Amino acid sequence: MQNDKSWIPYLLIAPSVIFLALLFLLPLVQTIWLAISEGGVPSLANLQTMAGDLNFRLAIRNTFLLTLAVVPIQIMIALAMGSMVAKVGAGRETILWIWTIPLGISDLAAGLVWLSILQNSGYLNSLLFSAGLIERQANWLSYQTPVALFFAIAIAEIWRGTAIVMVIIVAGLNQVPKEYREAAEVFGAGRWTRFFRITLPLIKPALQSALILRTVLAFEVFAVVYALGGSNMPVLVGEAYTWQNQNQNYGVAAAYAVLIMVISLAATLVYLKAVKVDPERLP
Amino acid sequence: MANIVIDRIKKTFGTFEALKEISLEIHDGEFVSLLGPSGCGKTTLLRIIAGLETETSGKLLIGGTPINGLAPKDRGLAMVFQNYAVFPHMTVFENVAFGLRMQKADQKRVKSQVDKAAALLHIEPYLDRYPNKLSGGQRQRVAVARALAVEPKVLLMDEPLSNLDALLRLEMRTELKAVLQASGTTTIYVTHDQTEAMGLSDRIAVMYNGRIEQVGAPVDIYSHPASRFVGGFMGSPPMNFIRLPVTNGTVKLGNTHHSVPVHTGSDIVLGLRGENVARTPLAEGLRLDVRVAEPMGSHLLLTGIIAEQPVRVILPPGETVRAGDAIGLKPDADRLIWLSPETGLSLNHPKT
Repeated sequence: MQNDKSWIPYLLIAPSVIFLALLFLLPLVQTIWLAISEGGVPSLANLQTMAGDLNFRLAIRNTFLLTLAVVPIQIMIALAMGSMVAKVGAGRETILWIWTIPLGISDLAAGLVWLSILQNSGYLNSLLFSAGLIERQANWLSYQTPVALFFAIAIAEIWRGTAIVMVIIVAGLNQVPKEYREAAEVFGAGRWTRFFRITLPLIKPALQSALILRTVLAFEVFAVVYALGGSNMPVLVGEAYTWQNQNQNYGVAAAYAVLIMVISLAATLVYLKAVKVDPERLP
Repeated sequence: MANIVIDRIKKTFGTFEALKEISLEIHDGEFVSLLGPSGCGKTTLLRIIAGLETETSGKLLIGGTPINGLAPKDRGLAMVFQNYAVFPHMTVFENVAFGLRMQKADQKRVKSQVDKAAALLHIEPYLDRYPNKLSGGQRQRVAVARALAVEPKVLLMDEPLSNLDALLRLEMRTELKAVLQASGTTTIYVTHDQTEAMGLSDRIAVMYNGRIEQVGAPVDIYSHPASRFVGGFMGSPPMNFIRLPVTNGTVKLGNTHHSVPVHTGSDIVLGLRGENVARTPLAEGLRLDVRVAEPMGSHLLLTGIIAEQPVRVILPPGETVRAGDAIGLKPDADRLIWLSPETGLSLNHPKT
C-alpha cells in the first residue's frame, strides 16, 4: 500500500486560507455589497452621494497629486541610497539600520513628528525666527496655505515611506553580481550607461514590486495627512473615515473603500504591463 | 596586439600584502597563464591589469604605453569573467556587440565584427536568443565572442572554464586554444587548474603567496620546478618529495650512488615525478612498500612508502602489483630534482 501524503500541504496551508477568507474575503464582499446597495437592494445611491460630495473631486485630486509627487521621488532616492550603500564596505549594516528606522515608526507618529516641526510654534518657525528670516510665526499647515501644506505632507510621506522602497531595491541590487557592471566597465560603459543599461534592467523585478507596493500605499495615505492638516486637505481614505465616523454613513464610506481598491488594482495592472518582467531575460 | 610589461606591481589590502612587487613581461601575441592556488594573488593581478582594481605601487605598460590610472575602457583590453557575465537582458547579438556599441562603432562594423566573432565561436544559431536559454558552454562562447569582437590588444581571462563540467571544460580548452591561436591576441589567463595552464600556455607564471615562484614554458616548469611548491602544484599526481641522508656528497637510491649538489646540512630532498621510475628487482632498487594499487587503464597508480615517506608512482598498465607487495624501483637518473630541505628551493636549477 502506498502511503499517500499529498494532503499534508493542504492541511498546512488550510489555517491561513481560512483565516484570510474569514477576515479579508468576507468583509471585502460585504463592503462591495454595502457600497452598491441601499436597504438590501442593489442601488447606485451611495456612489452618487460620494461623487456628488463637495470634497470628492478635491480628495481624488489631492490623492493622485500626492502619489505622483511622492512615489517617483521615493524611487529615485531609494535607487540613490541603494547605489551608494553598495559601494560601502565597513559600516554598511549600520547605515542600512539607520536608514530603515522610519520603517519602525507608525504613520500617525511620523505625522506627529512632522507636526512638531511644522506647527506654528514648531521647530521650523523657531529656527527661521532665530535666524531672522521671519518676523512672526508663519502658518504652514492651514487651509489658507494649501501649497505649503501639500509640500509638508509630501515631505513627511517621503521621509516615512522611502525606507521600504530602499529595502526592496537594496535586496534587488544584491541579486545582481558585480561582474555584470565590471564587464560593462571593461567594455567601455561609463557610470551612467552602466546604471541605465545594466543595473536598472537587472533590478526590474525589485523595481516593479517597490512601485506596486509604494503606489498602493500612497493611495491609502491618511494618518500623516490627518496629523498635519486635519481636514484641511481631503484625501480618499480621509473621506471614507469622515463618512464612517462623523456622518455615520457606512454605505458611502464603503463606496470610498471600493473606489480606493479599484484605483490600486488599476495601478498594479498598469505597472505589471509597463514594467514588464520577462523571466527569459533575467539572470 | 601588444606586449605587456608588469613592473614591480605591489598591492596591499590594509596590512595584507596581496602582491609583493610582481614583475613579468608578456610578449606580443603570447599566451601566459597565471597559475596558483586560491589566495595567491593571481586574480588580483589580473584585475589590476584590467583596471578594476588599483595597484598600490608599480608600473604597467601595454604596447609601451603606461596604463596606470587609466579607466578600463582606455586600456585597449577585453575580459572574460569566471561566471561569464553575459548580460541576461540582451540577446546574444547585443551581448557580442556591446563593446562595439560602447565605442560608437557604425552599424556596418558592428554587424561584420559580430558575425566574425560568432562564426569563430560557432554561436551564429543563437544570435537572437537570450543567454538564459543557453547552456554554460554556449554562454562561455558568447563571453569569448564579446571579448574578441572588439579586437582587443590584450585579452584577459579569469578562470573562464572553471564553471563548466569536466567534459565540456576539456572540449572548450581545446577550442579556446584553436581560436586564440587564430586570432593571435596577447592573452593573460588566470587559473588554478594546472592541466589547463599546461595545455593552453606558451608560458606559465606559477604564483604563490603574492609572488611569482617560477616563469617558464609548461614543460620546463613541469620537469625543472624551481621549488618544492611548484613541483608539488604541477602534475597529477604531484611530485614526490623524499628526504634522504647524504654521505660523502652522494645519496644512495637502491644500490646506486648519486652525487648531489653542494648544500648545507646532512639531508637532502629528492623531487621525483611519479612517472620517472622503472620497476627493477627488489634487491637492486629503491624499496617501495605498496599500500594501494589503482589500475587506471592507461597506467597503474601506486601509493606507498619509500624511506618511511609517502609517495605515489606510476607504472605501465601491464605490471601486476598488489597492495602489501614490496617492489624495487629504479629512478631515472637524468630526471632527479634535488631540493634544499631548509628553503625548499631546487639545488640543480639556476635560481630564477
